[in-house]
Amino acid sequence: MIGELAPGLILIFGALLLPLLRGWLRAGYMLALPAIAFLQLIAMPDGSLGHMEMFGLRLTTVRVDELSRFFGYAFLVAALLGAIYALHVKDTVQHFAGSIYAGSALGAVFAGDLLTLLLFWELISLASVFLIWAARTPRAYRAGMRYLIVQIGSGLLLLLGLLLRYHETGSLAFDRIGLESPGGTLIFLAFGVKCAFPLLHNWLQDAYPEATVTGTVLLSAFTTKVAVYALARGFPGTEILVPIGAIMTAFPIFYAVIENDLRRVLAYSLNNQLGFMVVGIGIGTDLALNGAVAHAFADIVFKALLFMAMGAVLFRVGTVKGSELGGLYKSMPWTTGFCIVGAASISAFPLFSGFVTKSMVIAAAMEQDRLWIWLVLLFASAGVFHHAGIKIPYFAFFAHDSGKRCREAPPNMLIAMGLSAALCIGIGSFPDQFYALLPFQASFHPYSPDHVAAQIQLLFWSALAFTILMRTGIYPPELKSTNLDFDWIYRRLGRSFAEIVGWSAARLWTVFASAIGDRTSRLIDAVRSEWSSGGIPARMTHTGSMVFWTTLLLAAYLILSYL
Amino acid sequence: MTSAHDPAERLYWLDNPGNVDRLVRGFYAVCALLLLLDLFIPKHGSFAIEHVFGFYALFGFVACVTLVLVAKQLRRIVMRPEAYYDR
Repeated sequence: MIGELAPGLILIFGALLLPLLRGWLRAGYMLALPAIAFLQLIAMPDGSLGHMEMFGLRLTTVRVDELSRFFGYAFLVAALLGAIYALHVKDTVQHFAGSIYAGSALGAVFAGDLLTLLLFWELISLASVFLIWAARTPRAYRAGMRYLIVQIGSGLLLLLGLLLRYHETGSLAFDRIGLESPGGTLIFLAFGVKCAFPLLHNWLQDAYPEATVTGTVLLSAFTTKVAVYALARGFPGTEILVPIGAIMTAFPIFYAVIENDLRRVLAYSLNNQLGFMVVGIGIGTDLALNGAVAHAFADIVFKALLFMAMGAVLFRVGTVKGSELGGLYKSMPWTTGFCIVGAASISAFPLFSGFVTKSMVIAAAMEQDRLWIWLVLLFASAGVFHHAGIKIPYFAFFAHDSGKRCREAPPNMLIAMGLSAALCIGIGSFPDQFYALLPFQASFHPYSPDHVAAQIQLLFWSALAFTILMRTGIYPPELKSTNLDFDWIYRRLGRSFAEIVGWSAARLWTVFASAIGDRTSRLIDAVRSEWSSGGIPARMTHTGSMVFWTTLLLAAYLILSYL
Repeated sequence: MTSAHDPAERLYWLDNPGNVDRLVRGFYAVCALLLLLDLFIPKHGSFAIEHVFGFYALFGFVACVTLVLVAKQLRRIVMRPEAYYDR
């Protein structure tokens, strides 16, 4: 154990050395960072560390308990898998941003107070946007900008919420928050944006598919799962989360069916899987909460695996559009196999990870006799098999042979996919060992004969529907298209509105200016002669230097307050 | 990348449409067997609807057909050219 150094800081400070290293040295270092952080987390006892006094506030920068430890393990597994998958990449920006991003996600999970959480919340946004921009296309630049605006907006909500909350309660502790106060509601909304609640969700489907091949794998693991953790910590048993989560499970899958970009299909299905976690947190029983966090772990691994497989296709073929793919199993048999394991896991086939995690949430809904929620979750379970379990592997690797031939994915990608696939099967086949890590006390036995039979019937008959619709030609073909979603409001309607306002203002100004005419220009001349170089104000000290001195004073105050 | 349907390229098992048909027929048979299995599995679910014969199988089938048909209609409303936002 390296003193009291938090696992997140190992990745963040460790990233600073990355640009100096080259070749094998950097590769080894990239793998060593999450491994060291993992050992550090194992060695750390439960409890609070890193207490700090700042502006009279008592901060707890590191809190290790069963809940944060569980997410810590999940994130470090994702960081390690993501690092292996990215070993062939020569782009320092991506390696650097990736490590800071993973570290700040860990920092957020171990934050014991809301201010520390806010700090890492913002660092997550800043670091992760570089994984989108690193694609270096105009589309990615614009999508990244929109992503950043939404994420910073979430940070602002969190800032306002914590200020109000501090005013209301006099404490910044990050424990159960609840919706009872305005501060709590703002914090809830901040978490909701990052968790892609309905109508707040579009940044996810907009930005993730534009990121780099390796960047999307990391993005799928961290940002939204930090929000799931934050909800589980701050709002367990909050009733409104149940309908919110149910809508999240069902709504995005309609889009997933008609979406052509297969990484965007996965982004929709990520939204759908988050819904199961949100329902679990809303139900709030020990079984439901265990289900939510267990499913977060499982989703981190199988969603990373699916994004890795589609990333490998993008890397080798240059596109992941369903309309242009097909028959790739001939060129990429290993990637095909690993993708099918990921597909089976997200679809919750018995012996694969989703089966032992998602069913806890569904069982918890059943325990409380929530018939309608249960039916929606069942519908979403059938739907996820349809759009992610079948559609992704089918259109990429089978379907109509596109004639595209390429090489198999690079060895490091195959190793990352292989390890992820092994983990999916391991969790699904040996659930008791996995359940032992869960933070709450609830026993659950997924492998009862009626549960296994019910799930297999549900999935096989869903596949039967796909087969029949496909062979009768009713299934909608993959088409090159953009599907309008809620982002249309700000990408098109908002822009048109701004353009109309801008145009009107310009017209008004022209009319106004010609009406005022000469009088204005005389006034401007007078002002110019007074304020230009030689005028009195120009001989005084510049505003910039005032800002500079104020900043210096504040910094000095900050440093002195530590001494 | 090499071009498709190279005469020298190996023919895969799935390239034969007859094999695909065989696979699909086998799959239909498995689905039928799974439905029959429902008669022999003791059920413990708490909702009455779960105890209806073939509930999970039929629910999965109807759910997916509905999903696809509704999504197909959704295309009429939301589908735009690929470069819609690039203009």
